[in-house]
Amino acid sequence: MAKTGTTGDKIFRTVLLIAVSIIPLIVAAIIYMMVQNSLPTLQRFGVGFLTGREWIPAQETFGALPFIYGTIVSSVIALIISVPLSLGIAIFLVEQAPKNLAKPISFMVELLAAIPSVVYGLWGIFVLAPFVRDYLGAFLQKYLGFLPLFQGRLTGIGMLTGGIILALMIIPILTAVVRDVLEVVPVTQREAALALGATKWETTKVVLGNAASGIAGAVVLGLGRAIGETMAVTMVIGNSPQISASVFEPAYTIASVLAANFADATEKIYLSALIEMGLVLFFVTFAVNALAKLLIIGVSRRNGVAKA
Amino acid sequence: MTGSNFFTRKITGIFLFMCLSLSLACSGQPMGESNGSQGGNSKLTGAGSTFVKPMMDKWTNEFGKLYPSVKIDYSGGGSGAGIKAIQNQTSDFGASDAAMSDDELKQAKGGEIVHIPVVLGAVVLTYNLKEVTEPLKLTPEIIADIYLGKIKKWNDEKIKKENPNAALLASDITPVFRADGSGTSDVFTDFLSKTVPEWKEKVGRTKNPQLPQGVGIGGKGNEGVMGQVKNTPNTIGYVELTFAKANNLPTALVKNAAENFVEATSETVSSAAAGMTAKMPEDLRYEITNAEGADAYPISGMVYILAYKDQKDTVKGKNLADFLWWAIHDGEKYVKELHYAPLPAELVKKTEAKINSLSNGGKSLRP
Repeated sequence: MAKTGTTGDKIFRTVLLIAVSIIPLIVAAIIYMMVQNSLPTLQRFGVGFLTGREWIPAQETFGALPFIYGTIVSSVIALIISVPLSLGIAIFLVEQAPKNLAKPISFMVELLAAIPSVVYGLWGIFVLAPFVRDYLGAFLQKYLGFLPLFQGRLTGIGMLTGGIILALMIIPILTAVVRDVLEVVPVTQREAALALGATKWETTKVVLGNAASGIAGAVVLGLGRAIGETMAVTMVIGNSPQISASVFEPAYTIASVLAANFADATEKIYLSALIEMGLVLFFVTFAVNALAKLLIIGVSRRNGVAKA
Repeated sequence: MTGSNFFTRKITGIFLFMCLSLSLACSGQPMGESNGSQGGNSKLTGAGSTFVKPMMDKWTNEFGKLYPSVKIDYSGGGSGAGIKAIQNQTSDFGASDAAMSDDELKQAKGGEIVHIPVVLGAVVLTYNLKEVTEPLKLTPEIIADIYLGKIKKWNDEKIKKENPNAALLASDITPVFRADGSGTSDVFTDFLSKTVPEWKEKVGRTKNPQLPQGVGIGGKGNEGVMGQVKNTPNTIGYVELTFAKANNLPTALVKNAAENFVEATSETVSSAAAGMTAKMPEDLRYEITNAEGADAYPISGMVYILAYKDQKDTVKGKNLADFLWWAIHDGEKYVKELHYAPLPAELVKKTEAKINSLSNGGKSLRP
């Protein structure tokens, strides 16, 4: 028994090692491929690629800044909308809802996750964009129109609509992960809090504090999906590379420009620029994720739970 | 994201290849068996222009009924994708709304490429203005000014001058353009570059037009532009005629080189090509935008099938030549119902010569 046990362990260990080493290998291979293929623009534009504001393929002018801006801002809008909503849904499902209500709602949330993104996009064009134009945007413009954020031409197609679509798309994954995280917080925590005379709200705060690192993971997952989303965003964000203070104006994300143009790019320099955009997306995702993690660690420290 | 997409495509490709080889192995019919006038059993693959996709689907379907032994798969993907596919020999033929440039021809790995025009199409301006019932009349200058952000309101004097009776309101114009590289944009910008110097200087002829910042919104594909125009009041967009007709959207009359306002129809598009056929160079790479002729629709374009002059596979080459021959003759009757335009008689002659030039080891493939 003992003998087979050790050989078994060795095999087990090797298999795990192989599995684990695949991840850095893939990351390295992707970075290598992208750097290799974007050498023409990397050499020609250098840092100017990141700071340039003009994107004119016909004149071989490539500046990625409007795309980086669009990617980050649309994702941030998505998070601002989806994080509180998802937290609320998850807390309700775990802490408050009766079993016969929690089950169907959970099911519906998971159903939302299964809808293909092109369907979200179609829904965005036909339902959300007119809604933003005629109601939400009109309302914001009427009461908050003095802010540059809500000025300009209101077409229903633009940054805000893109952000809302993204929010709807990441709510299922955020909710599902947060729900699972809350469920594994030991019942004893809740009982202890209640026994000390805490209200439901105070109990929930204790539970949330304990689940902070898990929630951080959920946010990062959702953010990852928002940054990389292509189809639905392309259909509603307006695809115009510009940096505008107004959330009603059209914008463009890195993932969208790749999806829209990669298949059709025949010129070498243009293809190179698009691949470098992929590289930029890679690092933007990395940086934003790191930032989100740091932020949440900070928050959980302040709550007195330093286990993130 | 791009990586995983690429990967799935590769896996699908391998899977399809396995299916194909299996089906060939098990079909029991010897390869190259003759069926009527056809070269024999084979499967042709094509990629490219999405604009011509509905036409190709109709043609390959009808052709398949007549000659069941010949399978033709046309997968679309965009004109650029078609050019890439023929350059890298990943499909048997490509299709493009724009002729290949000299540079692109040089990158072709299988030798000389022949441009074979098969059908014509129009790029139309469609708009979402509830109050306007008669078709709008637009000049090249008005179109350029709208897309350059110089005309901002629908009741601009320049528009009112050409449309004195239209109910034009003081609403903001939102121009819609193609966000993805496309032959449609190429035809559209080529027309404006020929007619408006300022457009030529600021945007030029390109598959990826870039408007001044903040002007307009971009849609992906003809259907993307269509969706934006259909759902957003006060928009104007350019799409292929087929898409506007299928969605019952109005199309503007555009002023042509003879100073007439012309509606885009099969007839006016064919007449644009007819007026230009005499001027076409031997390789037929030519733009028929802003064509001469009193009733020529000025934003017209040709769709080319791209194929290597020297066909490596006799059976496939013969089938391709027969299919193209059929398409421009018997297949022509399906053209108008799909809102494309047939080649004018003069151009059919030139195209016939191109099809007959397809050869295998110097031997012509057509009888």
